Amino acid sequence: MEAVIIGVGLHPFGRFPGKSAMDMAADAVRAALGDAGVGWPQVQAGFVGSLEVYNPDAIVGRLGLTGVPLRGVFNGCATAGTAVAMAARAIETGEHDLTIAIGMDKHPRGAFAADPSVAGLPAWYGQTGMFLTTHFFGMKINRYMHDHGISHETLARVAAKNFRNASANENAWRRTPLSVAEILGSPVLNYPLRQFMYCGPDEGAAAVVLCRADQAHQYAGRPVRVRACALRSRRIGAFEVQSPSLPVGEQAPSPTVDAAREAYEIAGIGPQDVAVAQLQDTDVGSEIIHLAENGLCKDGEQERMIADGETEIGGRLPVNTDGGLIGNGEPIGASGLRQIHELVRQLRGTAGARQVPGEPAVGYAHLYGAPGVSAVTILSR
Amino acid sequence: MTGSRQVPVAEGLFTWPSDEPRLIGARCAGCGLVGFPAGPACQRCGGTEVTETLLPDRGTLWTFTTQDFRPPSPPYDGTDTAETFRPYALGYVELAGEVMVEARLTEPDPARLAIGQPVRLAIVPYTVSADGTEVMTFAFAPLDGESRADAPKEA
Repeated sequence: MEAVIIGVGLHPFGRFPGKSAMDMAADAVRAALGDAGVGWPQVQAGFVGSLEVYNPDAIVGRLGLTGVPLRGVFNGCATAGTAVAMAARAIETGEHDLTIAIGMDKHPRGAFAADPSVAGLPAWYGQTGMFLTTHFFGMKINRYMHDHGISHETLARVAAKNFRNASANENAWRRTPLSVAEILGSPVLNYPLRQFMYCGPDEGAAAVVLCRADQAHQYAGRPVRVRACALRSRRIGAFEVQSPSLPVGEQAPSPTVDAAREAYEIAGIGPQDVAVAQLQDTDVGSEIIHLAENGLCKDGEQERMIADGETEIGGRLPVNTDGGLIGNGEPIGASGLRQIHELVRQLRGTAGARQVPGEPAVGYAHLYGAPGVSAVTILSR
Repeated sequence: MTGSRQVPVAEGLFTWPSDEPRLIGARCAGCGLVGFPAGPACQRCGGTEVTETLLPDRGTLWTFTTQDFRPPSPPYDGTDTAETFRPYALGYVELAGEVMVEARLTEPDPARLAIGQPVRLAIVPYTVSADGTEVMTFAFAPLDGESRADAPKEA
């Protein structure tokens, strides 16, 4: 039985002093339940993700102690992809009729900091200043620019677009538009990436309610079909984050390429059918590279596409219409559910000022993160 | 600081002190994959029978970036502060068909680095402890006087 999304809810992303991640998540769940016209006791199972909250499943204490099975999930930046996939799978297998995916986080300011042992890496890797995921993003786009002729101005155009989209999103964090010149004038953090070309860890929560397709008519929300969920980890030879060494002479594609191929195959949908996409934009280079890795363009084509405005709202393939990670920041557990929230609104035609014209029928969500893991979700009307 | 004490950041990473230091990698007895640092298992096949192997000390720069702000500390243990921090560069270096390693680069200026540039291993201090002991790590230095594969690009 196919799973459909009948409700989405989101707590704004940003900084909320004094408000806990779990309180934000409870707000997001109530919004998603209200959107679906469902009461909490009707939820038969849930999957909840967070980096900072040790027991995110304790959220039942704020929603009602119904005895519902709630499972914690974590896959780094791909956490929400796993939460949605498992919530959909529980319906597809017939185990449950109505499920929920929940994500929450509240990160301290600044770059993520952790002991390298959390990723199975030696202490010296952290001591000598190598254990920063931002290095990988700088190095990957630097090589990509060299190989495929992407300019520094194109990097800045992606950031300008995402800040512009965020300015039309009342839930976004970074809502002040910035010009290409302002972005190119910001300090370099990891060459060639500058301050305004990165997302920042922040706070927020989101939730998605799903049910059996044949029962969707019982609920309020206009259903959006879950056509595919795929999650893949890195293969030997892929150029991946947090790798003290890599083999030479045996190159493999990113797990994004593998997850995308699997998702397109499951959905019976091709890249040419995608009407609106949310791609992991940890930094602008990631958005540019992920366009190609998800099959949405050829390597190098981004230079022209972005100059021509093809990824803008109103362009041929709008990308990160709600501002993406650059405009919203990244509360890790919730980030991918924000993507789903935006796609559902776009496919329902209720995205307001940032609605993609032409009644988009297929939405595409992509996550990527440490230690080389990618999740893809394809939705359709 | 003549006569200052020097210690490696970790044992088993590189041969040192030596006039010709080398990184210590591991070769899988099962599939032959070379990895760095020497670890307990092969990344390709999962084999646990690995033997240490010294890696070539010259290679070419495959890609690079810079670190322009002081990394979060811990885990970074440099004794500098946000004010005294000096940016550094790092990259992936392809070692003569053996393996690609991630390393600091001795040249911090991205305008003086280029993909394809020949580089050579150097053991350098990355910080100085309160008692004056220099803590040594591995890095790669551009080889001057050799032609670059291509020039750096700027917008």
